[in-house]
Amino acid sequence: MKDFILELNHIKKSFGNTQVLKGISLSVKQGEFITFLGSSGCGKTTTLRIIAGLEQPDSGAVMLEGVDVTKIAPDKRDVNTVFQNYALFPHMDVYKNVAYGLKIRKVSKTEIQRRVMESLELVQLTDYASRKPSELSGGQKQRVAIARAIVNNPKVLLLDEPLGALDLQLRRQMQLELKRLQKKLGITFIYITHDQEEAINMSDRIVVMRDGMFVQIGTPNEIYDAPRTSFVAQFVGNANIIRGVVDKLDNGMAAIKLEETSSDCESYVSVKLSEKDNVHIGDRIAIAVRSENIQLNLEKGISAVVKEKSFAGGLLRLTLVLPNGKEVVASRHGINYDVEEGTCITIGWDADSAVIVEDRD
Amino acid sequence: MKKKSGLWLTVAPLYIFTIIFVVGPLLYMFVLSFCTRGENYETILEFTFDNYKKIAEPVYRTTFLQSIKLAFSTTIFVGIIGYPFGYFMAKLPSDKKKLMMALIMIPFWTSSLVRMYGWSILLQSNGILDKILMGIGITQKPLKLLYTYPAVLSGMVYALLPFMILAVYSSAEKMDWSLVEAARDLGASAWKAFWTVTWKLTLPGFMSGIVLTFVPSMGLFFVADILGGNKVVLVGNVIQEQLTKGRNWPFAAALSVILMIMTSLFIAVYRKVTGARELEGLF
Repeated sequence: MKDFILELNHIKKSFGNTQVLKGISLSVKQGEFITFLGSSGCGKTTTLRIIAGLEQPDSGAVMLEGVDVTKIAPDKRDVNTVFQNYALFPHMDVYKNVAYGLKIRKVSKTEIQRRVMESLELVQLTDYASRKPSELSGGQKQRVAIARAIVNNPKVLLLDEPLGALDLQLRRQMQLELKRLQKKLGITFIYITHDQEEAINMSDRIVVMRDGMFVQIGTPNEIYDAPRTSFVAQFVGNANIIRGVVDKLDNGMAAIKLEETSSDCESYVSVKLSEKDNVHIGDRIAIAVRSENIQLNLEKGISAVVKEKSFAGGLLRLTLVLPNGKEVVASRHGINYDVEEGTCITIGWDADSAVIVEDRD
Repeated sequence: MKKKSGLWLTVAPLYIFTIIFVVGPLLYMFVLSFCTRGENYETILEFTFDNYKKIAEPVYRTTFLQSIKLAFSTTIFVGIIGYPFGYFMAKLPSDKKKLMMALIMIPFWTSSLVRMYGWSILLQSNGILDKILMGIGITQKPLKLLYTYPAVLSGMVYALLPFMILAVYSSAEKMDWSLVEAARDLGASAWKAFWTVTWKLTLPGFMSGIVLTFVPSMGLFFVADILGGNKVVLVGNVIQEQLTKGRNWPFAAALSVILMIMTSLFIAVYRKVTGARELEGLF
């Protein structure tokens, strides 16, 4: 038994003068659900195409069960892809689309029949076997694309934003179905998305990508609760980033003086230090605080002006302006919250609900 | 549902046009083919089968056979050259695509007659091709290429190739190349992916190209005229000769009717074999 089913070793890739992958490495265990999370242009699709063999890296290696497959053609790899636009063969019906990979591998007719129907059953499309792709809805096409890939029983299944074209409700439903399917089949999934919710809902581990680099790799909890950089905190947790200078260190806590505040108002916030944090008095640091952790109408804290109230998704969002002119967002459940726009309130947060993050930009 | 009156008005011009310029002449030709030619080369409205009987004579039978043979050879060569041409053209970057398109279209701005004379200058004894070949020492004496079957075939292929290229190009251009990637991903070799996906999806264009080549190649008379001299005589040449020098319009009409029936028969068989819906837009 190999330790890892898939390994990426220092993969670099440039298109023309732009380097899209800047030496990325990752080890994936058998049966893991890994999500590459990043905004468009971060290199996640290129990474997937390199794993599939549709693109060659400039340097670095792709290992499948410990074997270097970097130079091996896509048809010789035990990896299948669910393409973003589904890429269903329009001249074949659903059955033939799903049977394609097996037929190419010269699997016997009865075996094909059995496995195709089995996969169609998994995606609940047995009744649609004789339909052409053009006669299917987006969600159904999606299922066919998944069935067509899993029927080959790949070592790794690659999914390139498979739910991107579906509406929200269907997307949520498919998220659950995909996760269930993955657990049932035990196939390693490499999933691409730019939707943080999707990543958190489905993954065993999330790989946050930015500008051709892996910014952070970790479980959804780690990524959400302990973002390593300000980018991750904002991208994954929609956290507020507050910058300041360390003023006092005391008993595992740091008092931070907000940047650019006049001296006459309260401008200290606190953050609890974790073991990894190595800060000194006078350091310029950034902390991340998620909107739901910001407390309003306190006795003691920093003052903020309520700039805007808006209601979305069951949450009331308050945009607050700090004394230094920076904005933070606080959120509350329910629509009634006794704060008026334009008024000045005192806010704060528990020191342990804020984390120090790297702040490279 | 209530029938919308007045809708017919919008399609009426189409019908009127078709009746005047397509159905009318065809009917005229059909009637003419059963008429008798008078002693002073005039056409007399007197029913006869003689024109059709005459076609059965060996000399005309040979002409028909030669025409069919040439049409088939032309189509085969045009297909072999035109398919890869159109396919690779569709894969070019868009600026190169435009250039190729221009290079294909520019010759159309010149009369095809003039272009055929160009070929005759190229192929004639001691012509450009001979001089080049003798100049670099590949041949010692003129090849006598002009007025041969290969000369006519080259001219035909040249004249009809663009239709095939454009037909294949237009369907290859619409191809979603990620389908080929999907096929590779599912285990197909490059070759297998081509046959199971690309070929199948560009087939309609190729089929249209075949029809667009075969049908005109049955009737193109000036190519054989200019490049074949009197060595290669096709149905088209006989029809043209009967209309002009022979002044036998009824016979020319009968030849045309037979030619048309043969061409339609070809298309009918072709549609039957390949499945009608593959010929998108043509019929």
